Amino acid sequence: MKDMDDQIPRTLPIQSATFSNPINAEIRRAAATGIYDIRGGGAKRKVPHFDDLLFLGASVSRYPLEGYRERCDTSVTLGTRFAKKPIELDIPITIAGMSFGALSGPAKEALGRGASAAGTSTTTGDGGMTPEERGHSTKLVYQYLPSRYGMNPNDLRKADAIEIVVGQGAKPGGGGMLLGQKISDRVAEMRTLPKGIDQRSACRHPDWTGPDDLEIKILELREITDWQVPIYVKVGATRPYYDTALAVKAGADVVVMDGMQGGTAATQDVFIEHVGLPTLSCIRPAVQALQDLGVHREVQLVISGGIRTGADVAKALALGADAVAIGTAALVALGDNDPKWESEYQKLGTTTGAYDDWHEGQDPAGITTQDPDLAARLDPVDAGRRLRNYLKVMTLEAQTIARACGHNHLHNLEPEDLCALTMEAAAMARVPLAGTSWYPGKEGF
Amino acid sequence: MQTYDLEADGLRGLNSSLQAQNAETNQTRWEIVNPKGSHAIAVGLDAPIEVTVKGSTGYYCAGMNQQATIKVEGSVGPGVAENMMSGQVVVDGDASQYAGATGHGGLLVIKGNASSRCGISMKGIDIVVHGNIGHMSAFMAQDGNLVVCGDAGDALGDSLYEARLFVRGSVKSLGADCIEKDMRPEHLDILRDLLARAGSDAKPEEFKRYGSARQLYNFDVDNAAAY
Repeated sequence: MKDMDDQIPRTLPIQSATFSNPINAEIRRAAATGIYDIRGGGAKRKVPHFDDLLFLGASVSRYPLEGYRERCDTSVTLGTRFAKKPIELDIPITIAGMSFGALSGPAKEALGRGASAAGTSTTTGDGGMTPEERGHSTKLVYQYLPSRYGMNPNDLRKADAIEIVVGQGAKPGGGGMLLGQKISDRVAEMRTLPKGIDQRSACRHPDWTGPDDLEIKILELREITDWQVPIYVKVGATRPYYDTALAVKAGADVVVMDGMQGGTAATQDVFIEHVGLPTLSCIRPAVQALQDLGVHREVQLVISGGIRTGADVAKALALGADAVAIGTAALVALGDNDPKWESEYQKLGTTTGAYDDWHEGQDPAGITTQDPDLAARLDPVDAGRRLRNYLKVMTLEAQTIARACGHNHLHNLEPEDLCALTMEAAAMARVPLAGTSWYPGKEGF
Repeated sequence: MQTYDLEADGLRGLNSSLQAQNAETNQTRWEIVNPKGSHAIAVGLDAPIEVTVKGSTGYYCAGMNQQATIKVEGSVGPGVAENMMSGQVVVDGDASQYAGATGHGGLLVIKGNASSRCGISMKGIDIVVHGNIGHMSAFMAQDGNLVVCGDAGDALGDSLYEARLFVRGSVKSLGADCIEKDMRPEHLDILRDLLARAGSDAKPEEFKRYGSARQLYNFDVDNAAAY
């Protein structure tokens, strides 16, 4: 009888798609600790992205430009609407705002060095401007955040641009939390807070609410800075058409739109994965708003959130952006999640590529930490050189694509150069599904 | 005395003239006429000059002030003296929301009442309000002193850090993690000095002191109801 049982085909164990192993592990972790998961980085879930788009390249109707011979320009000027001194960048790839506090001093210095060597700007973050960062950044954007940690008019006037942060893609509508282990003496002093406490960054500005107030706030900042520097408004991607339109109405020179793949130093995982829009979906509505108001290219659009390659840059620009900003990718270029630290990642219960407990301050790569021994692992000169190289490669890649599409400037890329591999991407990017002339939402299916 | 007609000559000319002053200037006294509720009057100053605004102002009057003494002979809109670093701002009338928000230093005196969120996120500024203050005042206040000679509204000092709050009248309710604390001699000294500088005849002994219980300084799931 037992022999017969062995011959009966068995039903294979089937893992639940709903209650998957990662989900069950999170349920067990929550049950054991009573606290939600906090981590750094952006959305890890798979969402429609630039990988779902392809360039068409040249054909009979379009001729390409010769690689390495025919010129393909990459420069961009940000802040041409009202500022007396717009920011002129050699490449349309900027470094997004990341704070000293979230990042080590050497990491901030490396970002400044790399960006400056590549001819682009870097950006402060919560906690204010450090002399090292200003000193190593040819062009520095000063973030004006709800917490106003470290905010003062002297630094404001040292900035090459001001970025009013309304939200960020990883947590639109949310504030921040810098855990006590990263609040060193210097970080505490800069933020006027006791050392070692969990430092909360507010979710909304303390002295204005709504677009009408924002217009007055922008006026105040311009008056304080003599209308010299551009004023950006950064929003997390949620209602890209209206947020862009309202930022323009309020007087922004530049709109920065950050999708859900954009990183954060620390917030709840549930926030990162379940609030906000994918980067791909917010570009066309933002561009549409600029076009409807007649200010496309007069008010520049900077897109961020999951930009990794020159192809991503080219696609964002083809959809109408003027520039992009990178954060997570810049940290990887510096050395974040490098396999050479694998044994240390394993001691922290994680692995290369998955390390995201940036808030805990134990980063083996010495980037997202205030521990002086760990921070000393990052040589800001070498790391800055790696970032410069990476920015150069991204630019070369974007130029390669633009030439193949017949364009002598990256800004001449256009939606007509693109097609989509999936219906979702076609709908979001408003470019035809590959092999068709149709996308969801367009007449004539 | 330099007299500037804001209505006739415009905001940009006013602020650029005031911002051009330095420690050696002999144009130390300025009078601004016809403010008519304009926004961003006398912002970003950084010189030991005296500016008198002859009337009421809109948003952000005296924003980010350094060194200057600015007197408003009227009431002020939201965000008066926001992010002030040093100097002194005196408002003869009432103040709208966010008075002294995020201020790092200096003294803000409001001789009338202040609306909600007075002293929000203050980081070292001293604020003396002769009248009452509205709800959510001193929310997330980090450092400095808020003195209220009248009453305070709901949720005073919610999520307070290290700022000191002194209230002479009633407090409608305290915010999360804000508690009444003992008034020690050093606090009476602070109060006495601030009241004198603010031109108030209130007695330090008439006030109660409020501060942070410091129970929310480090995240604890058992405090979830307070977050």
